[in-house]
Amino acid sequence: MKARTLGRHAREGFRNLGRNGWMTFASISAVTVTLLLLGVFLLLAYNLGEISKQIEAQVEMNVFVVEGAGQAEIRELERQLKALPGVATTSFVSKEVALEQMREKLKDLLEGYDDADNPLPDKFVVKPTDPLQIEALSKRVETLPLVAKVNYGEETVTQMFQWTEWIRNAGGVFVVGLCFTALFLISNTIKVTIFARRKEIEIMKLVGATNWFIRWPFLFEGLLIGVLGSLLPMLAIYVAYDYLYVASAAFPMFQLAPVDPLVHTVLGILIAIGALIGMIGSVMSISRFLKV
Amino acid sequence: MIEMHDVWKTYPNGAPALQGISVRIDKGEFVYVVGPSGAGKSTFIKLMYREERPSKGSIFVNGFNIERLKERKIPLLRRQIGVVFQDFKLLPNLTVRENIAYALEVIEAPTKRIRSRVSEVLELVGLTEKANALPNQLSGGQQQRVSIARSLVNNPAVIIADEPTGNLDPETSMDIVRLFDEINNRGTTIVMATHDKEIVNRFKRRVLAIENGLLVRDEKRGVYGYES
Repeated sequence: MKARTLGRHAREGFRNLGRNGWMTFASISAVTVTLLLLGVFLLLAYNLGEISKQIEAQVEMNVFVVEGAGQAEIRELERQLKALPGVATTSFVSKEVALEQMREKLKDLLEGYDDADNPLPDKFVVKPTDPLQIEALSKRVETLPLVAKVNYGEETVTQMFQWTEWIRNAGGVFVVGLCFTALFLISNTIKVTIFARRKEIEIMKLVGATNWFIRWPFLFEGLLIGVLGSLLPMLAIYVAYDYLYVASAAFPMFQLAPVDPLVHTVLGILIAIGALIGMIGSVMSISRFLKV
Repeated sequence: MIEMHDVWKTYPNGAPALQGISVRIDKGEFVYVVGPSGAGKSTFIKLMYREERPSKGSIFVNGFNIERLKERKIPLLRRQIGVVFQDFKLLPNLTVRENIAYALEVIEAPTKRIRSRVSEVLELVGLTEKANALPNQLSGGQQQRVSIARSLVNNPAVIIADEPTGNLDPETSMDIVRLFDEINNRGTTIVMATHDKEIVNRFKRRVLAIENGLLVRDEKRGVYGYES
């Protein structure tokens, strides 16, 4: 194909948008609606994922040191803990500090105790690099000498992980499902609009056009429909998310992910999906009319 | 130019449309194909531009072996023959000029040549002033002349017309046949299926009569021969 012909196809695809005004409008509307839904869902799923990650990140374990361990031994233990794979941070809490913290929480109940008969052991607070691996890590820590006990609130943590995983999976399933719905809805709308033009395709074949000569303008037309259809959802999502992000600052628990890079990525995804589905939709739809 | 050897055509539903047709049409001939409705005229015509394939037998059109022609190569055949239909088959969204130009665009002709060649055929069919009109702004006769112009624009060796006057009044029909006659005088072969007794009897040419899928008559300067 000559480059000039490619230009002709692009021009023709563009002009066909106007020539088939109502059908163009219908196709663009289908793209707009589905991409808007998809965009909202992408953002929702991502933020739910982020929030569950934040919750998970709060998971940590208490590593209690055996009674009567000396300064040097504690330092050695700290070195060993830091050397373990999967350990993000460790911080030492001496029994005195632990008692102070306990006192703050429980106030009067600890009235009778002082440093001399402190029942609390020394401990390390360890944060894992991957919260989901905390169980395995705790097993490894338990084997170290000088470790009396490891505690990370096993039951609560396990249950919480089940929830966060469910949320992430549900989000993923919805996004994939929505992508397919978008593909189906858009290509179906395009199919209906192209059905009305099957006579034209037949005529083109009868005067000696090759299949690709007929396909190219449709390809450009689909591309334009996809891109035009994604503009409104992109704008709406950008404006709405920006507004919600600012508003969410008042609720630290539900702080949304920052606009950059999340929203920019989502906008890119939307326009790419729109363009791709537009092209695939139109080329797939005309193929059955090309057999003349 | 066109040769058929023992051509049979049976449609998938079992209806036999052609039952052993052999015919030879030479360069520069003007041939009418006549016969009752459903006798196989349309099938006969459609085989020539490969809208249908023969069930049996061989067909050669302008050097193309139709039954061996690959799907991909069909456009090459159609660029060498002009086809004219009863319902004109113009692209409704394109102007007269664009409709004719389309047949040249598909062969990627240079823009300048397209412009001059389209003007040439527009003048030949007498529609120069209608160049920028849309098909639905034209009368039936004018639309058929556009479609003839489109079939001509590639300088085809043969023009195949399937009931080109079927939708036109008698006077307009005569004009169309005069146009075909003029094109034929310039050396283009014309094969025209028709129901029009007036035309066949007035412009005496070779007549092929098809009945029940058989070639029953082939006369050099024939008549219509049926009560229509």
